[in-house]
Amino acid sequence: MSTTNEEIRKFLESAISENEVMLFMKGTPDQPRCGFSMRTSAALNSLGVRYAAMDILPDPRIREELSAISDWPTIPQLFVHGKLVGGCDIVTEMYETGELADLIGVEQPDDAEPEPPSVEPPIQSAPLGLENRLSD
Amino acid sequence: MANLFKTVPTTDELKHRIQQALPGADVQVEDLNGGGDHFRAEIVSDHFQGLSRIEQHKLVYDVFGNEIGGAIHALSLKTSTPGGTQ
Repeated sequence: MSTTNEEIRKFLESAISENEVMLFMKGTPDQPRCGFSMRTSAALNSLGVRYAAMDILPDPRIREELSAISDWPTIPQLFVHGKLVGGCDIVTEMYETGELADLIGVEQPDDAEPEPPSVEPPIQSAPLGLENRLSD
Repeated sequence: MANLFKTVPTTDELKHRIQQALPGADVQVEDLNGGGDHFRAEIVSDHFQGLSRIEQHKLVYDVFGNEIGGAIHALSLKTSTPGGTQ
């Protein structure tokens, strides 16, 4: 593989700056590979916002470089207007309070439930084998 | 079960380490699946005053460094100040 870490970092930086709402996750919004990523994208889906999503799993260096940029250890990571908002806990909490809708500049849906719709306990759907580790 | 792995942290250990870093904090730690790798912590502390959620969570993550994603597979956080969330 000829892609350098430098190139990965540049790519991530431009993804963050060019997309108003940018989600880095394990898997894709259609096929999340971790419960935390699933809940986070579910919150965005409930708001009906357009967002860009990138799967960090294909190359462990994506996560290494992303965490170096954001100084945030875990996945998912949501960026809005180029700034890190947080991971699953923060995004879920801000969804529930309506702060996420405010931040992105959309209306909170009237039928917003206390939890994003596709809630499952994250632990159920985060098989260890799918995780990649920073330390290796 | 947890004893199979000597490096597995306990809820008490996590709680103790958070309280050392944030003296006076009210800390509740829960082992979500009993496996010693998915935890949830609810922390109420004066130290969070004036900080954004990101900054509050970073304070806690900093306690564990690269154990997050390693021995501690996941640490779910809810942080607030004694006066309420902010």
